[in-house]
Amino acid sequence: MSLPAEQNKPVATGPDRRAAAGQDKPAVAKRDATVIVAGGTSDSHTWNLVFLQLLLEEMGFDVVNLGPCVPTDLLVAESLARRPALLVVSSVNGHGYQDGIRMIGKVRERAELSAVPAVIGGKLGIAGAQSAEQLAELIDAGYDAVFDDGAEGIASFQRLLDSLPQRVLT
Amino acid sequence: MIGGGFGGFGAFVRRVHQAGELVVQPRMGMSDPELMRAGLLATKGAAGRTVGTVTLDSYTRVGDLESAELALLEGVSLNGYPIVSHDLETTRRVLEGIYGADFPVQVRHGSAAPLDIFRALMTVGLDASEGGPVSYCLPYGRIPLRESVENWSRSCDLFSRLRELGREPHLETFGGCMLGQLCPPSQLVAISALEALFFYQHGLRSISASYAQQTHQQQDVEAVFALRRLCAELLPEADWHVVVYAYMGVYPTTPRGSLALLGEAAELAASTGSERLIVKTVAESVRIPTVAENVSALEHAAARAARTERVADEGADSQTYAEAAALVSAVLNLDPDVGRAMLLAFQRGYLDIPYCLHPDNQGRTRSYLDGEGRLRWADIGRLPLAGVVEAGESHTVTSGELLESLSYIRWKFDNEAIAAGQSHALSGGAA
Repeated sequence: MSLPAEQNKPVATGPDRRAAAGQDKPAVAKRDATVIVAGGTSDSHTWNLVFLQLLLEEMGFDVVNLGPCVPTDLLVAESLARRPALLVVSSVNGHGYQDGIRMIGKVRERAELSAVPAVIGGKLGIAGAQSAEQLAELIDAGYDAVFDDGAEGIASFQRLLDSLPQRVLT
Repeated sequence: MIGGGFGGFGAFVRRVHQAGELVVQPRMGMSDPELMRAGLLATKGAAGRTVGTVTLDSYTRVGDLESAELALLEGVSLNGYPIVSHDLETTRRVLEGIYGADFPVQVRHGSAAPLDIFRALMTVGLDASEGGPVSYCLPYGRIPLRESVENWSRSCDLFSRLRELGREPHLETFGGCMLGQLCPPSQLVAISALEALFFYQHGLRSISASYAQQTHQQQDVEAVFALRRLCAELLPEADWHVVVYAYMGVYPTTPRGSLALLGEAAELAASTGSERLIVKTVAESVRIPTVAENVSALEHAAARAARTERVADEGADSQTYAEAAALVSAVLNLDPDVGRAMLLAFQRGYLDIPYCLHPDNQGRTRSYLDGEGRLRWADIGRLPLAGVVEAGESHTVTSGELLESLSYIRWKFDNEAIAAGQSHALSGGAA
């Protein structure tokens, strides 16, 4: 889909972070790291993206939420501009496998992005869980990990986040 | 041309309603034409008064026809039927002998740039679709709202020209769904009614307004009555009906929980005198459902609706009606052209969808579930509801709280199923 230039910018409105009057937000140990969150190129779902943004912010990351239906070129441009500590593709519409392979392929084509950690998760096929073969293909295409959308997927995703470099600011 | 001259989708729904029955309809789309045809045949054969659905795939929805065509060439299954990429003869063969006066078929898609889709469905002789300038734009992608309004204006103008051929094209609003969950019912009702009026202003005379089941049955009943009342006020000259969507949020994982939730949706539709219901299946939480699962869902919903008594609309101004009417009148006061009025409304925050990531949505509103499961406003942002709504205390929502709200219905219905001793969740299967 060709988009006018002004639309090829990240969606800036995230979940509301305003604290209630007289209540301070719990202090989060800030990391010196940005995570890019992106929906699949053909995927219009957003609750997964909103949830991931909140989760990552609570863990101290800066989040750039690119929103739904992310064109591959936008993902590459944003990754080049922001040099994220991690790239997260999240898809629940059944095209995540095809979309995901195409998206990471374009990212890995760029030498500057060959080593950026990248993961994909959600409901990636139209028939339930992915086959071992498809998981292997996603890894071959350039993802460092593939997560399912169950509680175990979220837990192992959090373990991965904890293993990323962090610098606590006092 | 097949299917011509039988009054179309709206007239069929009207006839069934006059006979005291509820029309039930699946969400269904497969890229393989033979599977699509088999799906339509199975829908037609299901016990209950059914209409058919051809749901399009996501590539067609976002206008990435190259990917849709590539998938067809490579034999890769898509999550819907690529009506623009399949040649016309193929689609005609899918419909032949199935589609007609006793079995209308609707195309469901989700596109904010639907002109190609309307051209394709009109060319194969179809005359029913759904969507809307707001509901197929804000939750769904990256196209600016202004462009979506423009695209939908042109598409409706084209689609309504079927009337010159003696056909009666039908359009359903998707506005009763906005993001599927956590949007307070009054705003769903307002956007659905406004989109219905938008269709009317662009020449459509057979229109349905949607409302998606939310988190509290009594609140939903109130919302459907509010929607019916607003449609009656806004569309006195149109042939309109109301379509209820079974829950569009995070779905229960147990078959028993899923069926109980679908049963409540059927009850919501039948008790409020609504004309049509779009079902969900036991596979919803896991994958795209099979045809057999869809047929089971249709039959379960039809049977439940048949056992449901109508309830009287109290006629008094409910809280939901008061809020929805306030939103609608504030929006309509902005401009006589509903498309422009809705655009201005989002710019000013008179309409504002909680948690919607689209840049044209202000994102100042927040919602919460109260102790009884009713959806309420935590923050009305700039919505013109001062004096109508007692807003709650705004606070920062954590990922855990969000997940809890998103999962409220799943847990409620799964826990009831588990308590009843049926806790096995469904796993993946061949679609």
